[in-house]
Formats: sequence, structure tokens, C-alpha cells
Amino acid sequence: MSVAVPEPAGLRVGDELAPLPIEPITRTTLALFAGASGDHNPIHIDVDAARAAGLDDVFAHGMLSMAYLGRLLTGWAPQERLRSLSVRFTAITPVHARPTCHGTVTAIEDGLATLALAVRLADGTTTLTGTAVIDLRPPHPQGAA
Amino acid sequence: MALDLEAVKAAEIPETSMTLERGRLVAFVRAIGERDPVYLDAQAARAAGHPDIPAPPTFLFALETESPFPFDQADRLGFDPALVLHGQQSFSYDRLAYAGDVLTCRSRIVDAYAKTPAMDFVVKRSEIRRGDGERVLVAETLLIFRSAVAA
Repeated sequence: MSVAVPEPAGLRVGDELAPLPIEPITRTTLALFAGASGDHNPIHIDVDAARAAGLDDVFAHGMLSMAYLGRLLTGWAPQERLRSLSVRFTAITPVHARPTCHGTVTAIEDGLATLALAVRLADGTTTLTGTAVIDLRPPHPQGAA
Repeated sequence: MALDLEAVKAAEIPETSMTLERGRLVAFVRAIGERDPVYLDAQAARAAGHPDIPAPPTFLFALETESPFPFDQADRLGFDPALVLHGQQSFSYDRLAYAGDVLTCRSRIVDAYAKTPAMDFVVKRSEIRRGDGERVLVAETLLIFRSAVAA
């Protein structure tokens, strides 16, 4: 699959990206993400450690939800067009939660599209908010300024 | 226990490096539920114009987690690792990194301050470069250190 660059001419402030629904987050997902991401903090994978920290259960890595936002963006534009991605983690994501990723175009200026991003759970909790900048301009020839 | 802000600001963070292994990237891609073959199959990646499978946008945070700082110095710096939160994360991208690339990560603390009497903010900035010196991205991490004092 290759993703086409969004056409600047067809893009408007206020346009929404097709939301990306995520499968319910399982303990298996957390274990596999811990291993592959290198974040081995036991609070995400070991219920004993979570309880020792005063929590009822493990919860998902914030970076897992940020990775889902990455999927939203690279499904919309080729990754080499992504100039920046930043998020604020606003609430924890419990096991079994069903996140959905959202993006809205908030500015189009000088060939750059700015998107407002959010991850929301089925119960309405916003777990991440953020912004991304996507370069819509044709690529420069090699060596051009 | 209160975080020693001056010690945090003065901390030297060891450089980390990593060879981007295709298998590790695929494991990450599967764990996040990505199904685009560009991220799973080197042939599909090449057909899309890439030299190999690209690292997805947030994968390279793994290089930062390779450094145990500050968690290896919790006692000296004065914090409880169980009370540290990841508050914000940003990436500013220069170019893609691909399976086979050898990357290095240099991190430093760019700010550390008491946000409230019970909460300290620490900002770490990391630059990830390829072996040829070309910069791949700059990452910024906001860590929130809560004090164990009961509210």
C-alpha cells in the first residue's frame, strides 16, 4: 500500500481525517509493546507491580497511544511528509479500553498542514491531545535549497 | 523525597546507540496493529521507494529507553520511580530511519523546575543521528516527578 500525499488544493481548515478505531487493548498487546518498544516499566505489564504502586491494575503505555496517532497520520500522508508530532498525555488508558484516534486540519500555510490530534476512549475520556505538521509541498529536487 | 533539581540539570546522560533490526521493527509494528506492508515487508517498502522498512514515527523513542537515566540514579537524585509520569512527548523529523541503520542518541536535560511544591518538571531533549552524522529527529520528553508527600 502506498499512501498518496493529500492535495493541498482539496484540503480545508476544519477537514477531519477518517477516525482510526483501535481494537480493545489487551494485556497481550501491552506485553508485546513493552518488548518491542523497550519500555519495560512493570507498571504496564505486571499487576503485582501496579498494585504495589497503589493502582488496581496495569494500564497502557502512553507511547502506545502515541504510536496509534502515528498510524492515523501515516495512513493519511506518507511518513516522509511528517515534519513534527507532539502530544500531551492527559489520562491513563486502562486495559480493555477502546481508543479511537482523531485528527482535524487546523491550519494550512506555506504548504504545511497543521492537525489537531486526540485519542479518545469509548467512555469519552480524552487520553492524549496533540498536534502534527504535514508537508504538502512537492519534494525538492536533490540538492535544491 | 524531593527531586534534586540542580543535580538533574547537571546530569550527564550516556549516549546510546542501536542497530535498527528489521525483526524488532516488525515486532513493534505488529504490536501497534499497523498492517501497511511498507512497515512489515522489505519488498513492499522498496516498491514504495524506501531502501528498507522505515521506523514508524514513534519507534525511535526506544533509543531513549536504552538509557536507564534517570531511573538508575533515583536515590541520588531523590525521587520515587513509581511516581514519575510521562507528561508530554514531541518529535521533530529531519529524515526517515530504516532497518539496517546504526543510530546514536544524545540526550541532555534542558530544563528542570518545580511546577508546584509537590511536582517537578524535567525536560529532556534527545538528538538521534545516523552513522554518517545526518540527523534523523529531535525528541523532547517532559517527565513529571511527583513527590511522595501526602496531599
